[in-house]
Amino acid sequence: MTRALLTGNAAAAWGARLARIDYLPAFPITPQTEIIETISRWIGEDEMRCRMVMLESEHSMLTAAGAAASTGVRTFTATSSQGLLYGMEMLYTIAGWRVPLVLINVSRGLSAPITLEPDHNDILAARDSGCLQLHCATCQEVVDAILIAYRLSEQPQVRLPVIVNLDGFSLSFTREPVSLPDDQAAAHYLPAFRHDAAEFRGGHPASKAVAVLGGGAYSYFRYETHLAALAAIDAYDDAAREFEQQFGRRYPSVECYRNDDAEISFVMIGSFATKAKDAVDRLRDAGHKIGLVRPFMLRPLPEADLRKALVGKSGIAVIDQNLAPGRGGILHGEVTSVLYGQQERPATVLSYIGGLGGRDIVIEEFFQIAADVRAAVASGATPAPRLLYTRNELTDMRKMQAAAHVEATGDGAVDGTGGAPSKETTA
Amino acid sequence: MYRIRFHGRGGQGMKTASRLLGTALFKSGLEVQDAPRYGAERRGAAMFAYVRADRQPIRERGNVVSPDLLLVADDTLFQVPVAGVMAGVTAETVLAVASTTSEMIWRDRLKIANPIYLLPHSEVVADDDFPDVSAKIAGAAARLTGLVSEAVLLQAVEEEIAQFGPKAVKLNLHAALEGFQAMAAGEGSVRESADLPADSYEKPEWIDLDLDLAATAAPNIHAAANSVQVRTGLWRTLRPVLDPKICGKCTWICGSSCPDGVIGVDAGGYPEIDYDHCKGCMICVVQCPRHAIAAIPEQEAVDALEKTKTAQLKGMPS
Repeated sequence: MTRALLTGNAAAAWGARLARIDYLPAFPITPQTEIIETISRWIGEDEMRCRMVMLESEHSMLTAAGAAASTGVRTFTATSSQGLLYGMEMLYTIAGWRVPLVLINVSRGLSAPITLEPDHNDILAARDSGCLQLHCATCQEVVDAILIAYRLSEQPQVRLPVIVNLDGFSLSFTREPVSLPDDQAAAHYLPAFRHDAAEFRGGHPASKAVAVLGGGAYSYFRYETHLAALAAIDAYDDAAREFEQQFGRRYPSVECYRNDDAEISFVMIGSFATKAKDAVDRLRDAGHKIGLVRPFMLRPLPEADLRKALVGKSGIAVIDQNLAPGRGGILHGEVTSVLYGQQERPATVLSYIGGLGGRDIVIEEFFQIAADVRAAVASGATPAPRLLYTRNELTDMRKMQAAAHVEATGDGAVDGTGGAPSKETTA
Repeated sequence: MYRIRFHGRGGQGMKTASRLLGTALFKSGLEVQDAPRYGAERRGAAMFAYVRADRQPIRERGNVVSPDLLLVADDTLFQVPVAGVMAGVTAETVLAVASTTSEMIWRDRLKIANPIYLLPHSEVVADDDFPDVSAKIAGAAARLTGLVSEAVLLQAVEEEIAQFGPKAVKLNLHAALEGFQAMAAGEGSVRESADLPADSYEKPEWIDLDLDLAATAAPNIHAAANSVQVRTGLWRTLRPVLDPKICGKCTWICGSSCPDGVIGVDAGGYPEIDYDHCKGCMICVVQCPRHAIAAIPEQEAVDALEKTKTAQLKGMPS
């Protein structure tokens, strides 16, 4: 095992290499492109044996991936943001095909307005596709998650595509120390793909994705997909346990950091969760009993583990790096629904939206969120969901609007003076 | 934790500088995180890269808000507001600038009392595939942290640059060593900044956004043809300069090959380059059939202009 500085994109390429992928249908998009460039270079230098094909779109790319996977070859592909959405029709389709493959998504905010920087609305748009989802917080996790994802995806009772998500920029372009398993160790953990019944073989024709009418057959197929995703909860635990036994790195479906005796928990996914760990340590130093709960697996949602981590807490802050317009934070909705009806469920669940389109979440904001939760627990009143957004940011926004000759409407005069003061959320 | 930020222009190799330093620190036994940060990736545009180094695993992410060490590869960036070179600089921040202007003048211009170390300004040459300022500034950073030996620095350079071939390795080893040696006086002067405690911090000034009408809140730009206000000339590292003595006034050639349409015709029939908007791509230099356009390093051109101005002010012949 060697320890090297790798970007999240390089880590993703290494994951594919160690998984000994056979086929890579590809289409470039920032911030993902380095992954396919790296693999392409390795193929060119004979470091890897893999067939790589550039497709004309993500829609075709996912179609090719699903078709290849059903012939029994280990398939890998990668996209991001607009690309994931462009391929969305086929994402649902290949899940319905019940084929095993791993898709990397490098999270990037969605248009409009267009950005290159990260948030989680792209990957969460695929939440209900039937593809399973693992959410990485470090570059190390990217390598490891890919190996685990293949184990999970290729389980006969699961056999669904797995999306491994990493954040653009904060992981994709950031180098960190990564321990790379050697080839033999990786092959021991993830043996060659033995498709138990590859549908397509020479002289053995089959038809995939049949048409069904009337609803009965459709309901059967759809619900079987759901049951397969649920079966992935136990299958994941097995795959993660064996990974830990072999490599010593532990990946529970829900990571809990200093959470056992915590009275208050942060809940979040993705790479900014490591910042939350820093905040937890400092808050602990200042005498506050606080912890972090981070779902590593979001689909299937490990409900039992999530409940175990959160029941009994006095307050929770869910920090969403996504926004469902007209609803709010997507993770917030998932967490509260898991807790509903539980004895000893936390009475106070605060919702924060932050880190949209590459916006930072600074440590002072974690401190303030913790203070808000403590105040809400004390008063019994849960404040309205909050966007992490400062007066200075709005002032800059107004300056941009003035430069763009945007018409001023409402109270928010487009003159660089900022908006309404914050309504006090603390009692 | 050590927090280090490099500022430069796209093409000057600040990502490479951060990687050279990152690898050198990693090889010296530290935990490291390094990353470049750019918007639209384009040559000459302001960008930065950062390195974090610590004795324990690093969890902090995103931009280095407040650097312990700030390195600037191109001193013209101080006057580019969007570059944000001085963002988060405290009284403790150590600065290193590639510049021919003295540290006293910089302290005066920037209104700071911080230590400022000067790197010999790097000449930019038109056919130079490997800007040496990146290795030079990485070598300087390594010395200023006091965490990296000369041998480890050179090992890091060899490893990171190997993919670009032996010529690049040789040039970068030389440059890294030059930067390292130039900073002997400042060795180890960079101090780790303390972690912010959770019981005394500046409360974020969050506000509630009001609902604006769609006319305001849609991401539209109504100001027509305002890109002229963006001085893209600031991106330039090389300046095309016409020699009218050689020019044959075939302005349709340089004029129509200019991708930004910034070459017009002056009253005398010569091509006239709009330096406020010329990005310095040098296509006109290549296209000119008489080789009447030379590529001059921007800094050299600016220095020459300033000299002329000063001379004129003093009433001396330029």
